[in-house]
Amino acid sequence: MKLLLNGAPIDAQVATLADLLLAEGFGDAKVATAVNGAFVPAPARPDHALSPGDAVEVLAPMQGG
Amino acid sequence: MTEFYGTTLPNGLMLGTAQYPSPAILADAFKRSGAGVATVSLRRESGQDRAGQDFWQLIHQLGVHILPNTAGCHSVKEAVTTAHMAREVFDTRWIKLEVIGEEDTLQPDVFGLVEAARILSEDGFQVFPYTTEDLVVADRLLHAGCEVLMPWGAPIGSGLGLNNVFGLRAMRAHFPDVPLVIDAGLGLPSHAAAAMEMGFDAVLLNTAVAKAGDPAAMAEAFASAIRAGQLAHAADPMGPRDMAAPSTPVIGKAFLE
Repeated sequence: MKLLLNGAPIDAQVATLADLLLAEGFGDAKVATAVNGAFVPAPARPDHALSPGDAVEVLAPMQGG
Repeated sequence: MTEFYGTTLPNGLMLGTAQYPSPAILADAFKRSGAGVATVSLRRESGQDRAGQDFWQLIHQLGVHILPNTAGCHSVKEAVTTAHMAREVFDTRWIKLEVIGEEDTLQPDVFGLVEAARILSEDGFQVFPYTTEDLVVADRLLHAGCEVLMPWGAPIGSGLGLNNVFGLRAMRAHFPDVPLVIDAGLGLPSHAAAAMEMGFDAVLLNTAVAKAGDPAAMAEAFASAIRAGQLAHAADPMGPRDMAAPSTPVIGKAFLE
């Protein structure tokens, strides 16, 4: 299934958002997620089914002012 | 000491974490300044290098309060979504709310800011809104649920200091019981001292420290200036006057002409 991950096109054979994070190397990383502009809380990731064309954002702590 | 949503800070310095030459220098700046708040952001993470995870470890070890921002957000939806993501990652209800309205000055979109502040406050966030010195906007933000206001000193990263002293004085006078933080635009410790002398409760800055030749020393200088300004405000400064007034007694002066 073709997806956008942090703005980059990828082809991933996954069913859910949790599957995608595991497949893309995030594992137990401290991240927050959004799909198509909507926040998806961590507990909801295993049940959040992805569809072709979904835009997934994976954000992590970063420097800020 | 001023409380920010029930939290008392060790001093009046909130320090940003961006643009330092190295993580070690960032940590040293916090250590030497005693800043009790670190501002942070959320950005895209790579599953390969996982840079954000190392940064999180560094910030966690500082042992300070974390104030996530919504920097770079230009809409209410973007800011609200970012705030929700930050609350989950950083495990805090604090959010430094930025809704940017103009690119050249990074001036806040105060209309979007008030709306986002209301949405987030109703959802349990403790909002630190990056705003202007506009009194009407400030009042709207308070009604939206904000218990802290953060007017800009000057455009973010400009180092210009307090651009509108009259407006900031008016804001302090209008809201004597609201914690007020000067956020952005400071370049020198003297700017911070001036803000504290006016009665502001804290300053939030980043670039002035991170881009100094010796960031840790500059952070300490800002902390000293903030302390001096606080003491001066508490000491009730004299009012200015237009004409000279001799400080040495005139009575008793010899007539020597």
